[in-house]
Amino acid sequence: MAYDLEFERPLAELEKKITGLQRKGDRLKHDEHLQLQDAERELRRRTEEIYSRLTAWQTVLVARHKDRPYSADYIRLICDDFFELHGDRAFGDDHAIITGPAKFDGQTVMLVCHQKGRDTKEKQLHNLGMPNPEGYRKAARTMQQAEKFGYPVICLIDTPAAFPGLGAEERGQAQAIAANLYLMSRLRVPIIAVVIGEGGSGGALAISIADRILMLEFSIYSVAPPEAAANILWRDTAFAPQAAEAMRISARELKEIDLIDELIVEPLGGAHHNYRAAADNLKATLIKQLADLQQVPVDELLARRYQKFRNIGKFGRASE
Amino acid sequence: MVKEAEVPSPAQTSSRNRSKPDKPFMGNLALKCPKCKEMLVGRDWEKNLKVCPRCSFHFKLSAYERIELLTDADSFVELDSDIVSVDPLKFVVRSQVYTSKLREESENVGLNEAVVIGHATIEELPLALAVMDFNFIGGSMGSAVGEKITLAIELGIEKNIPVLISSTSGGARMQEGLYSLMQMAKTAAALSKLAEAKLPYFSLLTDPTTGGVTASFALLGDVILAEPGALICFAGPRVIEGFMHVKLPEGAVTSEFMLQHGMIDMVVHRRDLRQTLGRLLRFYAKVEVTGETRINQETR
Repeated sequence: MAYDLEFERPLAELEKKITGLQRKGDRLKHDEHLQLQDAERELRRRTEEIYSRLTAWQTVLVARHKDRPYSADYIRLICDDFFELHGDRAFGDDHAIITGPAKFDGQTVMLVCHQKGRDTKEKQLHNLGMPNPEGYRKAARTMQQAEKFGYPVICLIDTPAAFPGLGAEERGQAQAIAANLYLMSRLRVPIIAVVIGEGGSGGALAISIADRILMLEFSIYSVAPPEAAANILWRDTAFAPQAAEAMRISARELKEIDLIDELIVEPLGGAHHNYRAAADNLKATLIKQLADLQQVPVDELLARRYQKFRNIGKFGRASE
Repeated sequence: MVKEAEVPSPAQTSSRNRSKPDKPFMGNLALKCPKCKEMLVGRDWEKNLKVCPRCSFHFKLSAYERIELLTDADSFVELDSDIVSVDPLKFVVRSQVYTSKLREESENVGLNEAVVIGHATIEELPLALAVMDFNFIGGSMGSAVGEKITLAIELGIEKNIPVLISSTSGGARMQEGLYSLMQMAKTAAALSKLAEAKLPYFSLLTDPTTGGVTASFALLGDVILAEPGALICFAGPRVIEGFMHVKLPEGAVTSEFMLQHGMIDMVVHRRDLRQTLGRLLRFYAKVEVTGETRINQETR
């Protein structure tokens, strides 16, 4: 994968040099060979350096990178089999959410995932990963099924936001989201949610009420998309980078204030540089977390889940 | 439109904390209805519960005005009024820090936060209530609002009484980042506890109720009422228009629209709200009702 983001320009130059040298193959002279090794070492060092201190906005760009693995990519890499279920049994099928039973590490789990698209046709099909109410209702249906059969639920979160359209309002976008928060807060099976890219506002939260909330290292999770927040607070979407900075949306910052449970390390330069390594990290973490949760009796699990959300919030008492 | 019947005592004294210190004479104060452009006399308008007598446009009410409108006189006991927001993210917008914004709003509005909670009676039936106020940072929900809403729900469980939440909100409070978003989860989870206790929850939607509040507790009511013409939506009209590049038809995403699309149970004129809630309480409340209004005799 190429380094193609603005702040990756030094990396792109190094990469160009490396490919240039590599192209010579056998004709590489001794000093050129040393140059190549130096450049490779330098690229690794600079990448580590840049990625260890990404700004909030740079993280947004990585989280939204067009080559970043999407849910379907991870499903393919971490599950042995996946059977997609379709439709909310009431209105339609929303491809912004893919869901169904999967074989994961020897057991059946229920996957509930946002799905974005890469090319225009896919983007259209998956509606840019922005679910309509029927998507959330489909998710509710399969999660209830998971409860019935005792399958743990794994949610992969990757959406800019819930879809803002008149049709979505007519069919009860807010109601569908609210109903899922309510349902998931008392679903009698373990739930793990992993933000793999963008965790955008209520659209993400609607399938993120979980016993464990995890985030990939360069993913983001925010109360509103930075552009929307900038529009509200600065009255100008151009302030999106400032809004991103102010809202503390990166995995590292959210781990620092304990709003998420675990940060999953990504390969050098972000998940899109090594799908396999990213998926392996994700899988290992999921196996560990799932084993933990499956040891807890279900009533205890629900009590803990309730307390987890009950206790979120920072407020004071007026000193009068 | 005909003169409104003089049912529940109109909010004459208005909000107790909004201190426009006793102006001796308010008689000539006039204002314009934003909907039908009618000139309204301030005093008549207040007497008419801040509803335009010509086109029925419902003006916004402050939290205390609404409590006075809905509950029996002097029955309201406020709780946890000392809960205030803090600035967990050290949030700065255009060089204004969030704490100074909070102080400013608090001084201007005379409230500590965008919601007032406590217990009261409606037609002599007790209930826990939370009433939001749009004047305080657009009724936005941060940690303090989420906590107070949750406390109101827990009060209902503790006292074994129904819960009423009157919503008005621009959505989640940006300045508290993900903490704000998580209040949606927290309040929804608290409502599932209320359901376990088999207690009813009435949700009243007033202009405007949008965003994270709509997508959490506001639309989870056992019975959902709305005032006429209120904006009720997840994504606001400007967001939809901006995103879809369309012009929304007149009356889209209002109370009537929501009723038509099956999202709420009833659109209720402000003057009828108290009686409607009283009626609902007589159906749903666990307590035994005495006198001629004895309808629900369910024994626990």
